[in-house]
Amino acid sequence: MESPAEIIQHTAGGAIGVSWLMIALPLLGAFILLVFNRFTNRWGHLLGVAMSLASFAVAVLAFVELLGLGEDQRRRAVRLYEFIPSLKLDMGLLVDPLSVSFALLITGVGSLIHIYSIGYMSHDPDRRRFFSYLNLFVAAMLLLVLSDNYVGLFIGWEGVGLASYLLIGFWQFKPSAAVAAKKAFVVNRVGDFGLLVGMFIIWTSFGSLAFKDLGAQQIGTASDGTLTAIGLLLLLGACGKSAQLPLQSWLLDAMEGPTPVSALIHAATMVTAGVYLVVRSGAFFEASDVASLVVTIVGVATLLAGAIIGCAKDDIKKGLAGSTMSQIGYMMLGAGLGPAGYAFAIAHLIAHGFFKADMFLGAGSVMHGMNDEVDMRKYGGLRKYMPITFATFMVGYLAIIGFPFLSGFYTKDGIIETAMEHGAWMGWLAVLGAGITGFYMSRMIFMTFFGEKRWEKDAHPHESPSVMTVPLILLSIGSIVLGYFLIMDNRLMHFLAPAVGMPEHAPVPHVFSTTTVGLSTLALVAVGAAIAWMKYGRAQVPAVQPRGSFLTTFARRDLYGDALNESLFMRPGQWLTRIAVYFDNRGIDGLVNGLAAGIGGSSGRLRRLQTGFARTYALSILIGAALLTGALLLVGNI
Amino acid sequence: MNNVIEAPTIEYGTLAPLLLVFAAAVVGVLVEAFAPRYLRRSIQVPLTLLSLVGAFALVLVTVVGGGVPTEPVAMGALAVDGPALFIWGVILVLSIVCVLLINDEGHFVASAASVPGSADEEEAERAGSAHTEVYPLALFAVGGMLMFPAANDLLTMFVGLEVMSLPLYLLCGLARRRRLLSQEASLKYFLLGAFSSAFFLYGIAMLYGYAGTVSLAGIGQAMTTGAALDPLLLIGFALAGVGLLFKIGAAPFQAWKPDVYQGAPTPITALMASGTLVAAVGALLRVFWVALGNLDWNWRPVIWVIAALTMIVGAVLAITQTDIKRMLAYSSIAHAGFLLVGVMATYSAAEGNAVSLQAILFYLLVYGITTVGAFAVVTLVRDPGGEANHLSRWAGLGKRSPILAGVFAFFLLAFAGIPLTSGFFGKYAVFTAALGSASEAGDSLGGWMTGLVVVGVIASAIAAFFYVRVIVLMFFSEPAADGPAIAIPSAGTVAVIAVSLLVTVGVGLYPEPVLDLAQQAASGLFVR
Repeated sequence: MESPAEIIQHTAGGAIGVSWLMIALPLLGAFILLVFNRFTNRWGHLLGVAMSLASFAVAVLAFVELLGLGEDQRRRAVRLYEFIPSLKLDMGLLVDPLSVSFALLITGVGSLIHIYSIGYMSHDPDRRRFFSYLNLFVAAMLLLVLSDNYVGLFIGWEGVGLASYLLIGFWQFKPSAAVAAKKAFVVNRVGDFGLLVGMFIIWTSFGSLAFKDLGAQQIGTASDGTLTAIGLLLLLGACGKSAQLPLQSWLLDAMEGPTPVSALIHAATMVTAGVYLVVRSGAFFEASDVASLVVTIVGVATLLAGAIIGCAKDDIKKGLAGSTMSQIGYMMLGAGLGPAGYAFAIAHLIAHGFFKADMFLGAGSVMHGMNDEVDMRKYGGLRKYMPITFATFMVGYLAIIGFPFLSGFYTKDGIIETAMEHGAWMGWLAVLGAGITGFYMSRMIFMTFFGEKRWEKDAHPHESPSVMTVPLILLSIGSIVLGYFLIMDNRLMHFLAPAVGMPEHAPVPHVFSTTTVGLSTLALVAVGAAIAWMKYGRAQVPAVQPRGSFLTTFARRDLYGDALNESLFMRPGQWLTRIAVYFDNRGIDGLVNGLAAGIGGSSGRLRRLQTGFARTYALSILIGAALLTGALLLVGNI
Repeated sequence: MNNVIEAPTIEYGTLAPLLLVFAAAVVGVLVEAFAPRYLRRSIQVPLTLLSLVGAFALVLVTVVGGGVPTEPVAMGALAVDGPALFIWGVILVLSIVCVLLINDEGHFVASAASVPGSADEEEAERAGSAHTEVYPLALFAVGGMLMFPAANDLLTMFVGLEVMSLPLYLLCGLARRRRLLSQEASLKYFLLGAFSSAFFLYGIAMLYGYAGTVSLAGIGQAMTTGAALDPLLLIGFALAGVGLLFKIGAAPFQAWKPDVYQGAPTPITALMASGTLVAAVGALLRVFWVALGNLDWNWRPVIWVIAALTMIVGAVLAITQTDIKRMLAYSSIAHAGFLLVGVMATYSAAEGNAVSLQAILFYLLVYGITTVGAFAVVTLVRDPGGEANHLSRWAGLGKRSPILAGVFAFFLLAFAGIPLTSGFFGKYAVFTAALGSASEAGDSLGGWMTGLVVVGVIASAIAAFFYVRVIVLMFFSEPAADGPAIAIPSAGTVAVIAVSLLVTVGVGLYPEPVLDLAQQAASGLFVR
């Protein structure tokens, strides 16, 4: 196995030297839009788009510059400034293949979402505020992936949490949106806590939080227990941000935000952060078998859970949310497989970024034409009325189910094949997940674009303006070609090798793989799609949700995730707080209030010394001088 | 016998900033005497600002040109070394922004000689007369501030102290509103200042009696050869220390601060709270280091008690204050205590000295700037009768003027030392230096140092309470129906607030350059 390259201090200028601009530009955009709020209403959205595009330009230049360097030269640390000297903590960026891949995805797809939002939010009176949050989101996410240490990563991590809170709750006049935002924030805190404690252990064990000090050799001295603990805690953090079991519950509710937000959270930012964290911390997971096994278990469990939830949702956005959970599960599975899986996980992440943004924005386009209706039972037959939306959505759909030669086909297959080498059970479960994906995604397509019209009376579906459709077209082009491009010749694997290492036996990619696994995946997907066609394409879709079987209810209720959280954590938590409040009022408050009253009281008494008379003050100086002299003489004579 | 008196050598180049400020002050006095009344202001303001900016430029020239002297200058009277130059730069920047505040309308009385509330006063106000003497007075005070921390012998130091203080006594009595309070403050400050100067002078006499010289280095030298624990030395040191501790407002010599800060015109309060404190701490450091460095086993326990007392008294008493300026005065006392913690950290090892010196210099810069910004905001919250200083009048300010209240809240957080503000790094630097010297000093002394840092952290926590209380008051209380008006700030005041805010934010996010600068200044230590 080839280990990652050394991190080299970047002293030359160029695009890498100014890579901080990637973060600074959108941050500046957010700042301007928030500070000069009303004054920027007219052009605020354009500034937001411009900042995002400029950031993308820097990312592209840095990427080109990186390609121009030798392979072992491609991990460049850009030191910005000394942050907290006594913690040996410098603010710095790490520009390497991994971070640049993320930066390109974040700024590229992010920019398309910005552009799309101009049209989508055109009637919203708060469009400018929306763009400031979008910019903030992009900036925070870039800080997360570009930092060269865990502290900077954590600051970006929290920034992403904040921005997602603001955006999910953007329509805060809706109580459901406010609750969803709060839920996302609280669930994420659990993960943040894990990440934070993980960082504490790293710091106490290795005395540094910089990635350059945490390579495989440097951490080799630590005990297995420590490494496992670090790995599991980092995984807890990753689960929070990436909506993996058991911290998945916020993701479905997060659909309360405007649709471009869902696209941004699901495709380009936020949920990918967990995968990034696991890959970036690869050294810890490679050193601990337990931790990496848990990562794969979490991945497999989530990819199945997400797929099952997706089967039962009638809300188009929630269906897509279930599929995000599931697809991130695939990435997590890949990331847990070590260097062999990293490249496929990242490739799937990039491809997913495109086809999921494509489908979310497509869903938004449908909603835009249908008076913001989200219930698929009230859609039907839309393909004639929204041809471009239909075509692009179709591309995204084919990509996600792994239709041959489209993106998902190559990337997902890579993960499944690699998993199969590690353990047949996870491989076959992943194949099963792919089959379920075929079912629920086909169900979505048939319910939305095919069959009879089941519209509300006042619906007048129409195609969206070009500012919304052009991003869709660009995204669907990416959804078609990216998989082939990244996987063929192990392009991405070789590119990422300096950052994450290379597996001993690099797989040999085929244009069309004829292995048992590949063929059975395709077969299962076909079966799933066929069942969907029989139930939702050929048969009539009832406009009202039928009662459904036990399993359907199970999936509709998000596998009772919320109920579980409520009975396991919320109610005991409420009891605990009640008990704690009781004791707090009696014991601790008594103490604290007593202390505060004591300080306040002594303040009141001491205050009386401040009589306002110069003579009293002079006396205090005299006494002070006498004491000072006496004390010095006394100390001198001991 | 050689009866010829040799002409003293004066390094004019090095002393140029000092000389420029004094020269401009003298010219200012001449302007008052000869220029027609209607022209004075338009001459004084540019003259004052240009001389201060020029002096600052000259300091830069000395630093950049590598002309930092390694020997005392002006026949050993002044020491323009790294720390002194840093302090000069800080004082000049602070005084420039304070002059911008002074220049704003409506702070100073129309005619100081008129009886408050009399017909004379009304007439003077109607005639629109103004005391443009404040500008040369301020320049003299600034000159004194420059001289005080650079003085290399005790007599020069005393002269610096008086040149700094006398104009300030006068300036304190010139407030336009609540004149009786202002005059009372002026008189109290004068009486108590004179009282403490007497102590200082008496201490100098004692030290001269012990060492036979007033030069700081000479006193330090005498200690290595003569009797180390001569009562003359100890008494002299204690009395001189009283004079210095009075100026920085350490307990139990702090009583004047709240009364004077409250009564003085707010721009002058800003000048005293920033410039005077910086100068006095500079002088205190020089005396403790150069003259009394060998005596540190004796002064350390005493300063320990004073530092702890000062932090506690400042923080605890601030809690029950109802006047914003008095509250800031007590906060200034608490911060003097934090600075004394840094002074305590001067463990004899040269390296430790540089670290704690760097911490103190950094602290002085960031605290001074934030202070001026905070007082600048105070000048803007006004009632018909002048500034609305009572805290109840600040209730709900955040709803009516969110930007101003937000800026003020930020300054308060910086005072409290919340991370990502400059105040955090200031406190952090001082406490780390103290802890560093604790581990260096070993068991018993180290334990005491750690204890002092603990006291400091507790005092910070208490202090955070009253800072946050004001923020809560501004943002979470309903505004009073007849709440104070927010004056539309002049360009100068806007500039002052903007600069303070930028420095407070900038240094909070990116402290490195300023830390480096302070380190460079501190690395040469004090010349002897």
